[in-house]
Amino acid sequence: MVKEIERYGLPVVHMATITTISESVGANRIVPTVAIPHPVGNPKLDPENEHKLRKNLVNKALTALTTEITEPTYFD
Amino acid sequence: MADKFKVLYYVNQFFGQIGGEDKAGMPPEFRPEKIGPASGFETQLQGQGEVVGTIICGDNYFNENKDDAMAFILNKVQEITPDLFVAGPAFNAGRYGMACGETCKEVAVKFNIPVVTGMYPENPGVEICKEIAYVVKTSDNAGGMRGALPTMAAIAEKLVSGAEIGSPEEEGYIPRGIRKTVFDEKKGSVRAVEMLIARLKGQPFETEMPMPIFDDVAPARAIKDLSKATIAICTSGGIVPQGNPDRIESASAQKWGKYDISGQDRLKPQEFFTTHGGYDPVYANEDPNRVAPLDILREYEKEGYIGKVYEFFYTTTGTGTAVSKAKEFGSKIGEELKTAGVDGVILTST
Amino acid sequence: MKLEIGRIYIKDIQLGQETSVKDGILTVDQQGLINKLKEDERITDVKIDIARPGEKIRIIPVKDVIEPRIKISGGNNGFPGVTSKQAQCGQGKTNVLYGAAVVTVGDIVGFQEGVIDMWGEGAKWTPFSRTLNLTVDISVNKGLDPHQHEEAVRIAGLRAAEFVGMAGKDVTAEEILTYEMEDVFTETSKYPDLPKVLYVEMMITQGLLHDTYIYGVNAQTILPAILHPNEELDGAVVSGNCVAACDKITTYQHQNNSVILELYNQHGKEFNFLGCIMVPEHTTLDGKLRVSDYVLKLAQIFGADAVVISEEGYGNPDSDLLMICKKCENAGIITQLITDECAGRDGLSQPLADTAQEAVAVVSTGNVSHVVTLPPAERVIGNAESIAVLAGGWEGALLEDGSLMCELNAVIGSTSEIGYHSVTCRSY
Repeated sequence: MVKEIERYGLPVVHMATITTISESVGANRIVPTVAIPHPVGNPKLDPENEHKLRKNLVNKALTALTTEITEPTYFD
Repeated sequence: MADKFKVLYYVNQFFGQIGGEDKAGMPPEFRPEKIGPASGFETQLQGQGEVVGTIICGDNYFNENKDDAMAFILNKVQEITPDLFVAGPAFNAGRYGMACGETCKEVAVKFNIPVVTGMYPENPGVEICKEIAYVVKTSDNAGGMRGALPTMAAIAEKLVSGAEIGSPEEEGYIPRGIRKTVFDEKKGSVRAVEMLIARLKGQPFETEMPMPIFDDVAPARAIKDLSKATIAICTSGGIVPQGNPDRIESASAQKWGKYDISGQDRLKPQEFFTTHGGYDPVYANEDPNRVAPLDILREYEKEGYIGKVYEFFYTTTGTGTAVSKAKEFGSKIGEELKTAGVDGVILTST
Repeated sequence: MKLEIGRIYIKDIQLGQETSVKDGILTVDQQGLINKLKEDERITDVKIDIARPGEKIRIIPVKDVIEPRIKISGGNNGFPGVTSKQAQCGQGKTNVLYGAAVVTVGDIVGFQEGVIDMWGEGAKWTPFSRTLNLTVDISVNKGLDPHQHEEAVRIAGLRAAEFVGMAGKDVTAEEILTYEMEDVFTETSKYPDLPKVLYVEMMITQGLLHDTYIYGVNAQTILPAILHPNEELDGAVVSGNCVAACDKITTYQHQNNSVILELYNQHGKEFNFLGCIMVPEHTTLDGKLRVSDYVLKLAQIFGADAVVISEEGYGNPDSDLLMICKKCENAGIITQLITDECAGRDGLSQPLADTAQEAVAVVSTGNVSHVVTLPPAERVIGNAESIAVLAGGWEGALLEDGSLMCELNAVIGSTSEIGYHSVTCRSY
């Protein structure tokens, strides 16, 4: 899906845990995430730390969207 | 006495006996006769079918005036109502192959009749139509005509009569990229060990699953001013409103959902849950923002770090979902987002 | 280790007042079994039923299938570490009620359950249309949380198989199969010129309803571990997996792991089968990297020339499968993969979620999205409406005449990635 959306010229960042798949299928902007059942969360953390974690990850994603790239790039 | 089935045939200026490169610019014409290979094709049908006419079109004209050429061809098909449409064979001629490929595809889609053509496997026209037409495998030059026509005719007869088409090797067509589920005589474990033994001995073996090679998309330009940008959230984690109103499947999704999140600060667990069957749902159901981070994006929106969060969020289930479906969803979603003026997309996967 | 599996051929099952086998007829003490299972206070109701090959019965939703057995000597009865005390599995004598199976049918705990049709079109697609099935339908306390619910049903199925297996206690087995494999040095000195092969068995270990247990240990918590093949053939591995019925390795299939059996067939003939590496499937990238490195290292410690790798599940574990394959191939170890594919309902989609050019030898066990139409059953054991939420089923999949349209996803064992069944895909 990521690539198809990007074909319209929209920057897309893929936030995923199995980034090797993102790479194999050709996503360009990739942010590695925590775990499959909770990519942008971590139930083991208390709410305040979990919030920090999520904010941090989303920030990386936004950074990815505002960074010019020429090839598949990880933002971690 | 069964009626003969009607065939409409398409050829280029050369096989249509008009001329060579000098005539490649000719617009399409219809002749109520069998011209060039159309005649040989009809002979191969052995009385089962007849070619009621031939469309001849210059390769350059087709590739440069596709809409006009297609309009002419589709009109003729509409008028004549053939049971079968045949094009080529184009061998390795690229422009001719593209013309055959495009016409076969559009005729099949619009009129739902069987279409048959023939090409050398490397002809670019193959990829255009192989999933919808049957492209007989030919040599790379017109010397292969004598071998191609009987094969094309045999498949054509089966298609018209509704008989089952065998494997590419049996019937002589280029593999269409369709995986068919069948029973083997032997269990998978036996076949695996046999394949292993062959490989250990250096003997030939054939894999049952050729590995795909994925294409690349050029990276899109970055967002210049994030504080003015509209960011959309998409997810393949299957986060849907309670009750799953659009009945998005828990695996092998056949559809995607679009939900209004305007005015919402976060995805509330009372209102959203996950229908994705491929991961432990407990954590996502406790807090859907762990999969689709609306809460953080709203904070950034309030802070002015981003312009705004797009009012709709898109969701589907990413487990067991065919790549072809995912492509389709991505394409439609992409189109909507682009039209809506969204500047960037965050897509989360589980 | 040497294990003798004695087959007691079962020709029919019936419910009665005792649990016994006479002339191939297995009788199960129905009330006795119900009482036994209700010893677990979480269970409120147990319904026992029978489904025989050829009967127009549909069993749905299926949670697990277990083979009823009894340990004669050399270990503990039941499933050591789970339903009985820890003991070594894989040696001594075990009798099997061959041809019979216990099928647990449950209230849905999540989204993944399965169907077994005993006749017609559906029967072709599942290996369990050929077994004499004793169905055990379990209801639990409403207040139970999902993890508790799953465990209650899982344990109940195993205990039911143990209970039924007691019928084989004093019966002489009609056929004895011997599985013998000594230490790797002895085996290698017997067959110095044969290539060394290891079986890398991937197990789904991704959380609730997606778990596997070895001697009762949740395999999610382990590093890849060596297992003697006899241990799996003798009840050491139990399924807690209800993801996609099509390739879930049921406990029955662990007990009769077709890859292990086929490797044993050729052991000492075409190659030297050294043993099994049990591999968890993690949901984190780190986990996958760690596991694939670990498997390679173990294979190298054994001096393996080749590995057979089977997957359980699809989607993210595809990447583990290919990672292990890539690392082994690049280290000079030949790999043979067995996996199913998600080619979409039209068969046009790429088979795996990931790709690797190193995977040159793959057996395909079929397309999980292939749609089948199953005719209406005369009787349904379980709950027919549940098909709508099965992974692979969808709203409207239950047609008015009682026919069921569903993907192979929903049919138990249809695309078994341990090659237990004969479904495959060909390119057309």
